Amino acid sequence: MLAYLLRKLGVIVPTFFGVTLVAFVFIRLLPGDPVLLMAGERGMTEERHAQLMAEFGFDKPILVQYGVYIKDLFSGDFGTSIITKQPVLVEFFTLFPATIELSFVAICIAVIVGLPAGMIAATKRRSVFDHVVMTGALTGYSMPIFWWGLLLIIFFSGILGWTPVSGRISLLYFFEPVTGFMLIDSFLSGQPGAFKSALSHLILPSIVLATIPLAVIARQTRSAMLEVLSEDYVRTARAKGLGRGRVIGMHALRNAMIPVITVIGLQIGILFAGAILTETIFSWPGIGKWMVDSISRRDYPSVQGGLLLIAAMVMIVNLVVDLLYGLINPQIRHRD
Amino acid sequence: MEETLTSPQEMDTRPVGRIALLREFWSYFSENKGAVAGLYFFVAIVFVAVFADFVAPHAPNQQFRDALLQPPFWASGGSTQFLLGTDAVGRDMLSRLIYGARFSLFIGCVVVSISLVVGVVLGLAAGYFRGKVDTFIMRIMDVVLAFPSLLLALVLVAILGPSLINAMIAIAIVQQPHYVRLTRAAVMNEMTKDYVTAARIIGVSRFRLMFITVLPNCMAPLIVQAALSFSTAILDAAALGFLGMGAQPPTPEWGTMLAEAREFILRAWWVVTFPGVAILTTVLAINVMGDGLRDALDPKLKRS
Repeated sequence: MLAYLLRKLGVIVPTFFGVTLVAFVFIRLLPGDPVLLMAGERGMTEERHAQLMAEFGFDKPILVQYGVYIKDLFSGDFGTSIITKQPVLVEFFTLFPATIELSFVAICIAVIVGLPAGMIAATKRRSVFDHVVMTGALTGYSMPIFWWGLLLIIFFSGILGWTPVSGRISLLYFFEPVTGFMLIDSFLSGQPGAFKSALSHLILPSIVLATIPLAVIARQTRSAMLEVLSEDYVRTARAKGLGRGRVIGMHALRNAMIPVITVIGLQIGILFAGAILTETIFSWPGIGKWMVDSISRRDYPSVQGGLLLIAAMVMIVNLVVDLLYGLINPQIRHRD
Repeated sequence: MEETLTSPQEMDTRPVGRIALLREFWSYFSENKGAVAGLYFFVAIVFVAVFADFVAPHAPNQQFRDALLQPPFWASGGSTQFLLGTDAVGRDMLSRLIYGARFSLFIGCVVVSISLVVGVVLGLAAGYFRGKVDTFIMRIMDVVLAFPSLLLALVLVAILGPSLINAMIAIAIVQQPHYVRLTRAAVMNEMTKDYVTAARIIGVSRFRLMFITVLPNCMAPLIVQAALSFSTAILDAAALGFLGMGAQPPTPEWGTMLAEAREFILRAWWVVTFPGVAILTTVLAINVMGDGLRDALDPKLKRS
């Protein structure tokens, strides 16, 4: 297991430095004067320009600049936002819980609905249910989710008036964030109706974000299940006289889970791409919306820091998934 | 020698030649009814896109100032002059959607061509040369894959400047690694086979060995990937357009149309609904077709 971990780290560390290089180069590739881009000041004098140039280190050789950048990163300096003048790291971790909350609920919906749907479709192969699930999954997989979100808003918020259009909670409620997760905070605040308000704000965005992972999980579960159901040991178990439900539940499901878990792990990066769109549509104050806003406000230090932090997060999650996967399935750890 | 070749028992009776192979492919492909339907739909879109000038009732950017936000013909207040209604500045929705098909197909073609060609060359080099070349190429691909694809595309567009062409370049770069990985894996698999050793022994040049001997045998997974990434490219380009980082108004690109329509979602459902339906059905048709392609080209991957 240790060798496996070391091998994974051996890939991830150079990749991380590659990612820092991308973030470093990003600012320097932008059209325009990097000093003006980083400072975000208008009508700058010559002296001020020279002073900032020295401050940001743009006058030094490029390799030294990169060295300084890496040194800053390791001391926790990810840059300062032009707009809010806040450290990017602080901004990021203030908004991060909102994205985590949304993504977590979305992946839960995807698993809770997708797993059983795929399983039942496999056991009732070629039934009406199977066709409905597979058609639905293919449609979900092909869905432009930014449009899907707008449709849900038209129907549930516009026509039925059931759910709010944007934000995380009604403005009527105010309390200090404890965990940063609105569902938990609103519950802890004890204010009547706060939890319900938070939940009603969360429901549409999480459905939208769950759509593509749900479709992928349902499809993957079905095909993994079908494969396992045709294996000899399943037939043996049936021949021994074990009930169908027991064979499916105990024997088949466990082995079908391995590829399914991988797929769930792979959805994390994809989930983030979805979060960018979902958060933008629902004005959900998370990392995805922050990145889009930062790009359109030309707050490049935030974009640079966010890019790096998001990639680091995705890499860490993937590493954890890989390790879990190696723990479940020894074959993986010992491969090449 | 001649006798054994002509004796009927020893002959390989499987069909050979392009026509026969195509026929065999079609017999597998047409087993999947959905895939065939997807293909017909896709052909219809291509037809509409190519002959947009003749099919569309109006010019895509012509503004009918006396018919702003007119609903589709079946709703009250609609007219058959604008079958799917008009948008906020009185442009015919149907005509814009028809011209939009051109952009989506164009995006798909360009993105797939760029990422396929570059990806195949890099993957071939990595799988053929191995060693340092391989490590270098694959590490770069790992870095690209470390970013969520849409985020990297957004940032690339921020560098290049928002436009349709730059969005296509960004999406092609983001999709690159998948082709590289697939090609590399297929090439490494083929390199161990006898026919490659045989070709080497008779002194086939390196270039010929890579591109003419090995590459054609790696095409099946690449064709499937091309079909699937065609639809991803359309989706991503629409997403960039929607975020204002792709095609710019008044281009009748579907995602850009959605972005323009956003403020009318509660007043005029048709301006929001139809561009999305166009994206969804096109992407769905291509994905269904891609599934059928995969089943027909690669029986090993065949979904049971």
